[in-house]
Amino acid sequence: MLRTLSISGLMLITFVGLSMRQVYAQTPSDLLASLQIEATKNMPNFQGFSADRGETFFKMKHGNDWSCSSCHTDNPAVTGKHAKTDKPIKPLAPFVNAERFTNPKKIKKWFKRNCNDVLDRLCTPQEKGDVLAYLLTIRK
Amino acid sequence: MLKDIRNYQWLLAVVALTMIISVPAVYADDDDDDDFQSSSRNSVMSSSQVGDDTKSRDRSKNGSRVLVTNEKWKDECGACHMAYPARFLSAESWRVMMTGLDNHFGSDASLDAATATEISDFLQQNASRKKRKSANGIEPALRISETRWFKSEHDEVAARVWKSPKVKSPSNCAACHTKAESGSFRERDIKMPK
Repeated sequence: MLRTLSISGLMLITFVGLSMRQVYAQTPSDLLASLQIEATKNMPNFQGFSADRGETFFKMKHGNDWSCSSCHTDNPAVTGKHAKTDKPIKPLAPFVNAERFTNPKKIKKWFKRNCNDVLDRLCTPQEKGDVLAYLLTIRK
Repeated sequence: MLKDIRNYQWLLAVVALTMIISVPAVYADDDDDDDFQSSSRNSVMSSSQVGDDTKSRDRSKNGSRVLVTNEKWKDECGACHMAYPARFLSAESWRVMMTGLDNHFGSDASLDAATATEISDFLQQNASRKKRKSANGIEPALRISETRWFKSEHDEVAARVWKSPKVKSPSNCAACHTKAESGSFRERDIKMPK
C-alpha cells in the first residue's frame, strides 16, 4: 500500500516538475501590452496597433536588400530560411510555434539584430507592435 | 515497511533536488546571463569521428580526435550558421571577431556582454595553435574560407562544385562534409553534391 502510494506520489511530483518547464516567462499578449504602454508613452498621438500595417511592414524592403520575409518568408506560419546561410528558421507565428515571443532576452536580441539588418536602425514600439499584431492573426 | 519509508524519503530527496536544479530553466530557458551551468558548459563530443588539423592534441585515449563544444557557442553561433569548430581559426582571429559582432560579415550578430565573453573565451582557449594565416595578407584572418590552410585543403575542389547551388558558399561545410556538424571532416565522410 505504502509502496503504491509512494510510487504514485513520485510520479505526480515528476509530472508537475516536468510540466512546469512548459511555463513561459511571458506570453506574446504580455509583450503586446508592454509595447502598447511604451508606444503610448513615446507617441502622444498613438492610435493602437494595426495587423494590416504590420503585414505591409513585414513584407516590404526598407532601403536595404532584406525584408523580414527574406528569411521568415511571406508566410510566418512556415519554416523560414536564413537568406545568406540557408539555415532553417522555425516558424515565427506564435500559433504555430508556441515558443515565439515568450523569452524577453531573445526578443530583445533578435529585434535589435533584425531591425538593424533590415532597416539600419532599431524598430519603434509602433513597428514592433504592428508586426506582432499581424503575427498573432496568423492561424494555420 | 520501514525500508519502504526510507526508500521513499530517499527518492523524494532526489526528485526535490532535481526540481531545484531545473527551476532556473522554467523562467529563463535561454537565459543568456544564467551563470547556473556556465562553469561546466564546455564539454567534449564524439571522440570517434572528429578532426582534421591538429596532429597531436585534442585526442582521446584511443587516438581519435575530439570536438570541444560549449553550449552557448552551439546555441548562439549555430543559430544562423554551423557552429564552426574553434580549431579552425587562431585565438587572435576569434578575439577580433568576437569584438565586432554588431557587424558580423554584414549582419548584426550582437550578443549581451556576458555571453560574448563566455563564447570568446571558449573559442580562444580551443583555437588552433597554428597561425591560420590569411590568404589575402590581411591579418588576422576572419573568414575561415580565406585562410591559407582552408585554401590548400580545398585546392582539389573543382570550380563547378563551388558554383553548385547546393554548395552556395564555401562557408557551407555540410554541403560536402556530411558529418561537419559533429566535427568530422575526414575524407571518408565527404560526399560531393551532384
